[in-house]
Amino acid sequence: MSTDEATVLQGRVAPALREEFPGLGFFYSIVPAQPGRTPSGVKKHLRYLSDRMHGRRALSLRREPIASAYRVFFRHIGLDPDEVRIPLEAAVVERLRAGGFKSEGLVEDAITIATVETGVAMRAFDAGRVQGGLGLRLAEPGERLGGKNGIELPDGTLVVADEQAPLGLIFGETAPDYAVSRQTERVAVCAVRVDGVPNISVEEAIWSCVSVLRAA
Amino acid sequence: MPELLQDHFSESESVLDARAGDATSALVRSALDTRVDEAAARRSLRGQIARLECELAALFTAAYPRRGLEWQVPSPGGPRVLDVGELEALRDDMAERVEDARRTLRDRAYVERKNRARIEALIADPARFRWVRISNEDIGEPGCKFWHSRPRLGLIGMLMGWWRVKISSGCP
Repeated sequence: MSTDEATVLQGRVAPALREEFPGLGFFYSIVPAQPGRTPSGVKKHLRYLSDRMHGRRALSLRREPIASAYRVFFRHIGLDPDEVRIPLEAAVVERLRAGGFKSEGLVEDAITIATVETGVAMRAFDAGRVQGGLGLRLAEPGERLGGKNGIELPDGTLVVADEQAPLGLIFGETAPDYAVSRQTERVAVCAVRVDGVPNISVEEAIWSCVSVLRAA
Repeated sequence: MPELLQDHFSESESVLDARAGDATSALVRSALDTRVDEAAARRSLRGQIARLECELAALFTAAYPRRGLEWQVPSPGGPRVLDVGELEALRDDMAERVEDARRTLRDRAYVERKNRARIEALIADPARFRWVRISNEDIGEPGCKFWHSRPRLGLIGMLMGWWRVKISSGCP
């Protein structure tokens, strides 16, 4: 691996979860980044992706292997993928609605690029606030997302967590303390792998995201 | 000798009785054993849900551009590990949705076939199908094209029986 390539770390998946979902995996990389306005090169990349993504592709998306794997996993964990869209479909629907992938800031744009190019579900957290390694586990009784005043998580909710607290739902909300902000100096770029998604796609997604953040 | 035989038979019978007893008690045990390997049941149900999701996705893609079909399957809510009952309910709902979609598509395909045949008949003899208008939507195709049986030269054509099929050029 060259020095330009990101170190992809494998996050811990709680044994109870691994037993239920043998294909479930969590991978992440920590990269220095300065969130803020998106450079013109990244905006150009988004425009290029917008031109490549059209209605016909959007229509057949759910038959593509990676998108299909996430849809199936959403069903398995009690989410309706037509209501809570998988990250790739959410990006594509937004592209069709807005007429293009709109720039929303460097980190968000890097996540969008990686998600659209690979189909892998990506997340970003403020690495400066993370305590120890990241991973997936089930929420414990009475646990809250976002500290004492946060949302109470139902027992057994699937969460991304560090060694101290849950950082966010596996797909969806992020605890405000761990969200990327203008004060963030290091970003934890994370990918959730499910059964049917090859490791190489997950690594490609993380590298793609990290390379956008580094190039900025 | 008869005593020896008697001993032998009684020994065999007791062995057979013991074996039959083992088999019976095993049967009784299995009949009373209501514990189910729930993890295996969940795995199996997840496999079925995955297959149904793929079928639903294939039907969704094949249905385009037809509208008005219902694709949504209610979810039990998450993200969490669903129990056997919830997975079964989800599997049943998905199976029902797949069956509904298949039936609707089959019915529509029948109507579309009929409409295609009607277009051929319309073109062959426009006067027999006065004012009939068949659109792309009626034959399950995308676009705004339509076939319309109209009189040539308006009122005069109508009075003279000069009918023709006008094919629209597509969406405006």
